[in-house]
Amino acid sequence: MSSDLLLDIKNVCASVEEKQVLKGLSLQIKPGEVHAIMGPNGAGKSSLSNVLAGRDAFKVTDGEIAYCGEDLLELSPEERAHKGIFMAFQYPVEIPGVNNLYFMRSAFNAKREANGEEPMEAYPFMMKVQQLCGELEMNPDFLKRALNDGFSGGEKKRNEMLQMMLLEPKLAILDETDSGLDIDALRVISNAVNSLRNTERSFLVVTHYQRLLDYIKPDFVHVLANGKIVKSGDASLALELEEKGYAWINEEV
Amino acid sequence: MAGPHCLVSIYSCGIMRPEKNLLIKEVGVAKRHDPSIDSFVSKRYEHGFVTDIESEQFAAGLSEDVVRAISAKKNEPEFLLEWRLEAYRHWLTLTPPDWAHLKMSPIDFQAISYFAAPKSNANAPKSLDEVDPKLLETYEKLGVPLHERARLAGVAVDAVFDSVSVATTFKDKLEEVGVIFCPFSEAAQKHPELIKQYLGKVVPYRDNFFAALNSAVFSDGSFVYIPKGVRSPLELSTYFRINAANTGQFERTLIVAEEGSYVSYLEGCTAPMRDENQLHAAVVELIAKTDAEIKYSTVQNWYPGDEEGRGGIYNFVTKRGSCEGDRSKISWTQIETGSAITWKYPSCILRGDDSVGEFYSVALTNNHQQADTGTKMIHIGKRTKSVIISKGISAGQAQNAYRGLVRIAPTAVKARNYSQCDSLLIGDRCGAHTFPYMEVSESTAQVEHEATTSKIGEDQLFYCQSRGLSEEDAVSMIVNGFCKEVFKKLPMEFALEAQNLLAVSLEGSVG
Ligand SMILES: Nc1ncnc2c1ncn2[C@@H]1O[C@H](COP(=O)(O)OP(=O)(O)OP(=O)(O)O)[C@@H](O)[C@H]1O
Ligand SMILES: [Mg+2]
Repeated sequence: MSSDLLLDIKNVCASVEEKQVLKGLSLQIKPGEVHAIMGPNGAGKSSLSNVLAGRDAFKVTDGEIAYCGEDLLELSPEERAHKGIFMAFQYPVEIPGVNNLYFMRSAFNAKREANGEEPMEAYPFMMKVQQLCGELEMNPDFLKRALNDGFSGGEKKRNEMLQMMLLEPKLAILDETDSGLDIDALRVISNAVNSLRNTERSFLVVTHYQRLLDYIKPDFVHVLANGKIVKSGDASLALELEEKGYAWINEEV
Repeated sequence: MAGPHCLVSIYSCGIMRPEKNLLIKEVGVAKRHDPSIDSFVSKRYEHGFVTDIESEQFAAGLSEDVVRAISAKKNEPEFLLEWRLEAYRHWLTLTPPDWAHLKMSPIDFQAISYFAAPKSNANAPKSLDEVDPKLLETYEKLGVPLHERARLAGVAVDAVFDSVSVATTFKDKLEEVGVIFCPFSEAAQKHPELIKQYLGKVVPYRDNFFAALNSAVFSDGSFVYIPKGVRSPLELSTYFRINAANTGQFERTLIVAEEGSYVSYLEGCTAPMRDENQLHAAVVELIAKTDAEIKYSTVQNWYPGDEEGRGGIYNFVTKRGSCEGDRSKISWTQIETGSAITWKYPSCILRGDDSVGEFYSVALTNNHQQADTGTKMIHIGKRTKSVIISKGISAGQAQNAYRGLVRIAPTAVKARNYSQCDSLLIGDRCGAHTFPYMEVSESTAQVEHEATTSKIGEDQLFYCQSRGLSEEDAVSMIVNGFCKEVFKKLPMEFALEAQNLLAVSLEGSVG
């Protein structure tokens, strides 16, 4: 029944700079599902995100990934974006001099054009973004600044969420979006994510903290350790991890 | 603050994939008609074509006879011939400068032809209708629709083609307010007293090797005179283009702004593809009197040579402005993307009290291009101020050096300078060097210098790509963002050209 999968990761091995980071990882995501990934530092969570988004330095050496029934590994990062993959970075980069609003409109229109749609004019785009800023309780002044330049950690994460809402992905990968957020921001962003949840859209949420999952209720929780998924369960697994840490899983495996 | 003679050198390397030839695409103006050809052509220099207008050209070589012949061809007054000859005799005593940072083979000055004029100039055209259609077509290809642009944007265009001006528009409008804007050769005949008074006063022929050469053999250029209290009603612009083979280019531009006047002058250049290196040695002199302001902008897009560095233009320019009067102001803004070798230091001599000098520059070098540019700000008057913003971009195996001199004379009480030199590296084989020289001999002066070197990181590119932008668009966007401060200083008209040059629309990103 693989045809109804949005994402089908089969036994993927990947390395970066000669270091093996994924060691036979498998994961299946159906449309509309929210999967949480937890796991110790250095386990390979960001590596998985980068592999899915198509970062060049992360070489897939074995295994397959199908996205909407298509070979994902054949696609460039921008093609993946056009086809609905979005990764919110654990550490969003700063790009001095590039206006935030201009960047977002370029990204938005690049996707539209790739999908045969007319680019959106500056004014309606501005209105759309301002409305989303409202939903994220974000000061629209951020739009006038250079992309992430001098943004605080939490502001960067919020800016990532703004782009996610704008680009309306099919598969949103949130790499520790909750890290560095204050309590109010966590609630606002969770609400935004929840507002995007529907039967088509799926989320892969990487987090270290159960508290995020109080807001964004996952359908599945996976433990990623040493480059592979070592345990999967429902939302209750996160609670168990919160209580016991990761050591017991290692013993179990 | 800083003591005399600070020297900072920065040499660093980028990390991007070296095989990508990213910035070639960004040279030249995008064509609209055929998208499939576009993508192919855009990989090469887009203005690399040669117009087959018959050139009237001197045989190669330089001698006193050649200098006399140039002057005779132009019907020049005696004093000008004498001046050329003095310059020539002085030039003979000089040896070419030793290029500290530049790698180049010696130039054979006897292998160059010192005069070429399009035939169509023999009976000088009175209007655009009389201009050789071939020539107009050339401008079209260069993205300079002369008539359209002039009409729509209200720009008077003195189009220099093969060193001789062939079309000047909006003359009437300028004449109404007494502005003189004409080819240099015309000015030499119609306004000899002005030429005699100002020529060589800011850049004497003794100044340097190339200034001497230019003074001896200059072919043509522009002359601008703004009378007292007049704001030029139009932006003045000139397009240069090197065309005939082996023809050195020796333009001479002189701008005089009388008391309380204002002028904005734009200059842009492109050149066709060539196998041999071509020499260009221009001289630009600016004079701003009391309360006058001159804004001089350049978008320079000469053929840089192929990927191996063959066939590019050698560009050795002496540009200098003198702020003679109190509260006068001169700004140089330049976007440099062309030439195999660029050597130029637009300078300001701040004589008048409270006078202001500005230098805003973007220099982009790719492949084997070498640029050694910068500025000199010489503070003499009291409370003189200067601002230097320099943005250097290097890609491929290019070398980009910024050399800036800020000299505060003992008379320059409370003089101030702010310099900011930023370098952006694309790839791991290019280099950026920053050499700020400061000579401060006045204790109340304030001199500030900031320098940064950054590279377009893989992380920045991936970030953009992961949001759906192509790598090329991402690079253009980052490069344009880097240059924004300078683009903002360009007149609207030219800002567009600069954007074309760097192949990205800045729409919406400014402000
Ligand atoms: N570019 C790289 N070069 C070398 N090693 C790398 C690189 N990127 C990641 N690694 C290594 O790969 C391993 C997995 O890193 P990854 O970032 O995927 O971990 P993570 O699970 O996201 O950790 P964290 O919870 O701390 O974010 C780590 O040991 C890391 O040091
Ligand atoms: Mg991580």
